[in-house]
Amino acid sequence: MDNTTDYSAPPLPESPAGLPEADVARQAASRSRRAFIIGGVAALAGVGGWRWLLTRPADEGTPWPFRRVLDANGRLSQAYFRETRLAPTFPKSMATFRQNGNIGLKDSFVTADWRMRVQAYAPAGAPARVQEFTIDDIKALPRVDMTTELKCIEGWSIKVNWVGARFSDFLEKYPLATANGKEARYVSLVTPDEKYYVGLDLSNAVHPQTLLCYEMNGQPLTGPHGAPLRLVTPLKYGIKHLKRIGTIAFVDERPADFWAEQGYDWDSGH
Amino acid sequence: MKRLVEKHPLAIRWFHWLNFPILALMIWSGLLIYWANDVYRIGWGPTTLFKFFPESFYKAFNVPQRLAQGMNWHFALMWLFVINGLLYVGYTLVSGEWRHLLPDRNSFKEAILVTLHDLGLRKGEPPVVKYNGAQKIAYTAVVLMGAGSLLTGLAIYKPVQFAWLTGLLGGYEWARAEHFILTIGYVLFFVVHIAQVVRAGWNNFRSMVAGFQIVDAQHPAPGEPVAGAPGRPSSPTLPA
Repeated sequence: MDNTTDYSAPPLPESPAGLPEADVARQAASRSRRAFIIGGVAALAGVGGWRWLLTRPADEGTPWPFRRVLDANGRLSQAYFRETRLAPTFPKSMATFRQNGNIGLKDSFVTADWRMRVQAYAPAGAPARVQEFTIDDIKALPRVDMTTELKCIEGWSIKVNWVGARFSDFLEKYPLATANGKEARYVSLVTPDEKYYVGLDLSNAVHPQTLLCYEMNGQPLTGPHGAPLRLVTPLKYGIKHLKRIGTIAFVDERPADFWAEQGYDWDSGH
Repeated sequence: MKRLVEKHPLAIRWFHWLNFPILALMIWSGLLIYWANDVYRIGWGPTTLFKFFPESFYKAFNVPQRLAQGMNWHFALMWLFVINGLLYVGYTLVSGEWRHLLPDRNSFKEAILVTLHDLGLRKGEPPVVKYNGAQKIAYTAVVLMGAGSLLTGLAIYKPVQFAWLTGLLGGYEWARAEHFILTIGYVLFFVVHIAQVVRAGWNNFRSMVAGFQIVDAQHPAPGEPVAGAPGRPSSPTLPA
């Protein structure tokens, strides 16, 4: 290596040369004191901020400042991201099984007796309407077959092949989300025992990959996977994929959501 | 004869000390999230040399059953982490500080010499400059790691909206692993950084708080051009 190579970055600014040593020491001491006091105050402010955050009253299982940030993040996604963007699809051969979560599935249940209750959108002035559907009503809708990645909020992910009817096709045939020329903002889904429930924005429910699903990996849905009909919505974490749909309601108020009440993000979107 | 030499501009000191708790909390909240599906290990086949992480580690840091809390911290502080990081990079570009930080073609050879010196395998002091080759590489690498954490983080936070990015990173599972590996990288960086700061002593540590370093006037000040070397434009000075 060439010994005369200049490694140096530009020279650093320095104090005027020729200052007596005592002045240098005094200057160093006073600047150090000032800097460490400011640093100490900033550190205390940080600790104070931490304590303040953790002692705020909870809003759905988490101190309210966190809930505000989660909701703001969710609104930002809704505003800037395209709901129409599709989740990547994969070859069916990559599909695997993994069962997780049985809240809402514990009651004994006779699939043959199953009916899906749908509460139509009823803004002020519109009459309340409830309509019931059988599995054959859903199967009569165009059949969609897709293999997407299911991402659990815990961190794992698997590819799953889903078959079902598009939620949007269901609403096209049965326009239950609109009334008096107005459209509901949210969809609520609840299991028959009302123990598990999720909320979605209507815009997410009508995403082309949101399915009312009755087959998984080439087989009819089994009990632990939500027979006879479950929700599949690849733009959300697995927690939104409600199994064993009991009631669907179209509403304007943000619906209760089981995991959001435990402190999780209501949006949980991808 | 001693004199004060300005070393770290005020802005850099703020970025540095804000980043420390923010990154620490990002790592902590990331750990709360990771716990819910702790699949990574060092090993092959059925042999595991190290599991991320042993139960005793989780217990010591009170990690279990706090996934929601971890996510809430992570997705709030991510904003501060990114804003502080962008401001830091923007500042180094505008102020010219980047010239102290960016490695050049000499830095890699110099870094080897510095490492050998630090390990006691080579005599002779490394060149006295603001940052030697090893530091330039380390400090630039850690900024690139920050960018990597942002990108791999976005890829697993919004894997449909950023599907192109997730795909580029090798898919969702790979992006998650990369995000994790970068975090391990920060911890390793931290260990070495602390050891080096302790080694360098009080004068050096104080410069990251108060901005200046006291140097002996008989010796060339850090960053003074070496005799016979072509001059370099000086960086704009800033009030510290």
